[in-house]
Amino acid sequence: MKDAGHLFRLAAVFLLGLVAFLVIRSLLVPRSFGRYGHYRANAIGEIAALPISYAGHQVCEGCHTDEADMKSKGVHKGVACESCHGPQAKHADDPGTAQPAKLDTTSLCPRCHQANIAKPKTFPQVDAPDHSGGAACNTCHQPHSPAIAAAGGVQ
Amino acid sequence: MTITRRRLLVLLPAAAVAWKYVLAGTPEAAPNYTMAEHWWAMLIDLPECIGCGSCVRACQNENHVPDGYFRTWVERYHVDDYEMEYPQVDSPDGGKNGFPASNFTGGKNFFVPKLCNHCADSPCTQVCPVGATFVSPDGVVLVDQTYCLGCRYCVQACPYGCRFINPQTETANKCTLCYHRITKGLTTACCEACPTGTRRLANLKDSNDPIHEFLKTHSVQVLKPHLATGSKCFYAGLDGSVR
Repeated sequence: MKDAGHLFRLAAVFLLGLVAFLVIRSLLVPRSFGRYGHYRANAIGEIAALPISYAGHQVCEGCHTDEADMKSKGVHKGVACESCHGPQAKHADDPGTAQPAKLDTTSLCPRCHQANIAKPKTFPQVDAPDHSGGAACNTCHQPHSPAIAAAGGVQ
Repeated sequence: MTITRRRLLVLLPAAAVAWKYVLAGTPEAAPNYTMAEHWWAMLIDLPECIGCGSCVRACQNENHVPDGYFRTWVERYHVDDYEMEYPQVDSPDGGKNGFPASNFTGGKNFFVPKLCNHCADSPCTQVCPVGATFVSPDGVVLVDQTYCLGCRYCVQACPYGCRFINPQTETANKCTLCYHRITKGLTTACCEACPTGTRRLANLKDSNDPIHEFLKTHSVQVLKPHLATGSKCFYAGLDGSVR
């Protein structure tokens, strides 16, 4: 029976090792790891908390009611404001200082309307330099409601 | 009150459990958003796509994607008659600035926007050795940027080529389906910027979402269906030549 002491000492060493493992593990593994699966659940909240750049057209229409009205009657009614004007979350937060850049229709409109063989056949396309002779598109077309008749009689 | 040894033994595990919850914080940072009520998907109505690249620009602006890397991009396909197995595909700068005039005159020509398919059974999350990438409870494949080692297993595992290593952080990067926007009640940046309504964000758990009617009434396909990845990017009018 005097040899039983060896077993107890061995068991104590294993126990110490186990405790050390559990302590180190609890320090190294993030607290939220494993809540939903084999990952850190708090990462979801961190990604969700990132700031936005595009405010969304509902926010724009809150102030720019005239443009929204005009746009809602034309063929561009489905085109969101920031599709052309770019990301405007900063402007929406602070309209005084963050001013959107003025757009150049000569380069803006052809992004969508320059003729390309791969575009749907029903989509209105022109060869821009040939169509306008170099003039800016908004010489004739009002971008928010681009049909010529609606803009007031340019033939 | 004196605490007996017996009492302490009972209290310690309870305290440990409570402390774990205190440290864990709240995973859902956005108020009024419940993960259990959402199962996100994307609908891409291909016959509407004009290849303007608005989605690519919007994505790069919103998510600060480095130049030359893409979380979403647009491809232009050209398929000669009866050459369905050999489509000619180009995507200059990811289609970010639109497409130049095509070198082809005949055949079949169309655009295909691509992005992470947010697979329900995603190959990329299964290979991560450290649990840095995962499918969230609302069906979005995300990367934990603080946990990723940059080992590139997931980049190779994605059959759609939707992942890359961000050269600034040296970690895996990909489309988050604008998780920071959709949890705030907004749509994704690409859907917001799409002028033709080609791209539509959808919540499959919302019975009022128009996607249910659309899926019932249109021919819809996912990319590489034979891989059974559970892709949630539904393409309407997808040509068989698209890879």
